[in-house]
Amino acid sequence: MSATPTLTERAGALFHRYANPGRFLRLGVKLQPWLTWPALILSVTGLVWGLFFSPADWQQGDSVRIMYVHVPCAWLASSGYFALAVCSVLSLVWRHPLADLAAVEIGPVGACVTATCLATGSLWGKPMWGTWWVWDARLTSVLVLFFLYLGHIALIRGFDDPQRGYRAAAILALAGAVDLPIIKFSVQWWNTLHQPDSITLRGAPTMSHAMLWPLLVCTLGFTLGFAAIVVARLRAGVMESRIRSLLSSPRRNGEADTSGAVGEYAA
Amino acid sequence: MKRKTRRLWLVITCVAALGTAAGLTLSAFSSNIQLFMTPSQLNAKPPPADRTVRLGGMVVAGSVKRDRKGDTPINRFDVTDGQSAVTVSFEGILPDLFREGQSVVAVGSMAPGGGFMASEVLAKHDETYMPKEVAEALQKSGKWDPKFGPPPNAASWNAMTQKQASASVQGK
Repeated sequence: MSATPTLTERAGALFHRYANPGRFLRLGVKLQPWLTWPALILSVTGLVWGLFFSPADWQQGDSVRIMYVHVPCAWLASSGYFALAVCSVLSLVWRHPLADLAAVEIGPVGACVTATCLATGSLWGKPMWGTWWVWDARLTSVLVLFFLYLGHIALIRGFDDPQRGYRAAAILALAGAVDLPIIKFSVQWWNTLHQPDSITLRGAPTMSHAMLWPLLVCTLGFTLGFAAIVVARLRAGVMESRIRSLLSSPRRNGEADTSGAVGEYAA
Repeated sequence: MKRKTRRLWLVITCVAALGTAAGLTLSAFSSNIQLFMTPSQLNAKPPPADRTVRLGGMVVAGSVKRDRKGDTPINRFDVTDGQSAVTVSFEGILPDLFREGQSVVAVGSMAPGGGFMASEVLAKHDETYMPKEVAEALQKSGKWDPKFGPPPNAASWNAMTQKQASASVQGK
């Protein structure tokens, strides 16, 4: 081992600060209310604003209000998968135990928002486009993302030895990350029925501010909600794995004693 | 610790290789991923009449003719991409968003006598969202006619409130 730490080593040290489950649990307890309450307040505010007080679209009418659920879910479907990919790198390269547990917990939440995105999109497509579904590049790539989530959920839980499951699922998540730029740029690279992005980094948003603000509030609220659910699930997961290791540790002499005791008792 | 660096490079290499492979595959199949053909493509290389294709473009202003055969509405309209146009005929109910100047995707095949016979027409809406008042104000001011395509630069209208828009409509 060299005397001066390499970049990978230093990065590893930084990531491993929070690999200690006790440290994570203490941080999680403090963090949880700061995620949950703003998430609830912002989501409710954004939804009430969007669904009841924002203007209807000049040609879509009130159907445009589906956007206030559809767009945040679409954003979270991709960002959630990005988080999964980051966890996978941490898991594969640095063998970070918390990243494995986080990947277990992000999967189902991400699958749920992706399903909501697809369902609301379908409900929106029928009255506006005239079809529930079309095999264009945007819709298909998001459907692929949904199946990637399902595959990840199944794979990470599919082995008796959890470490093997973590590894296989991390490889799947990283390979699937190729789908993220395809989703993002599908509406630019190919012609699709789905319209291009309204909110871009360059150029003014092609959306009236009266609709943009409630949409941004909804998106922020949903994002914090996603984080709150993942942190809550992760805390439960860390506690569960602690209990498991406690029960199966060699220090569990109690079992031998108990069985012995039971044996003695029986005798 | 050296192992970690090696694993990092392995992951980076694998992701880069996979990304390149995916990129090459997608660009090779690019024409198959397109949802629809444009009128120029259709006119340049008309597909055989028995092949179902999708045609996409903007409905030409003033080209829509609506008729009835019993209870079924019969529609004829031109679809253009700015360079070329194709006449589409469609028996059935058009989607609510269908109008002159709107983008549509028509599913069907080339008719033997020329033109395009659609079995399904889908409306494609663009990325602009605005309240009715703002749309009216833009049209009143002469900056935009929805029949001829998308609205002007978003920065010129997206901050306009409904009150301002209604006031400017009444002022004129």
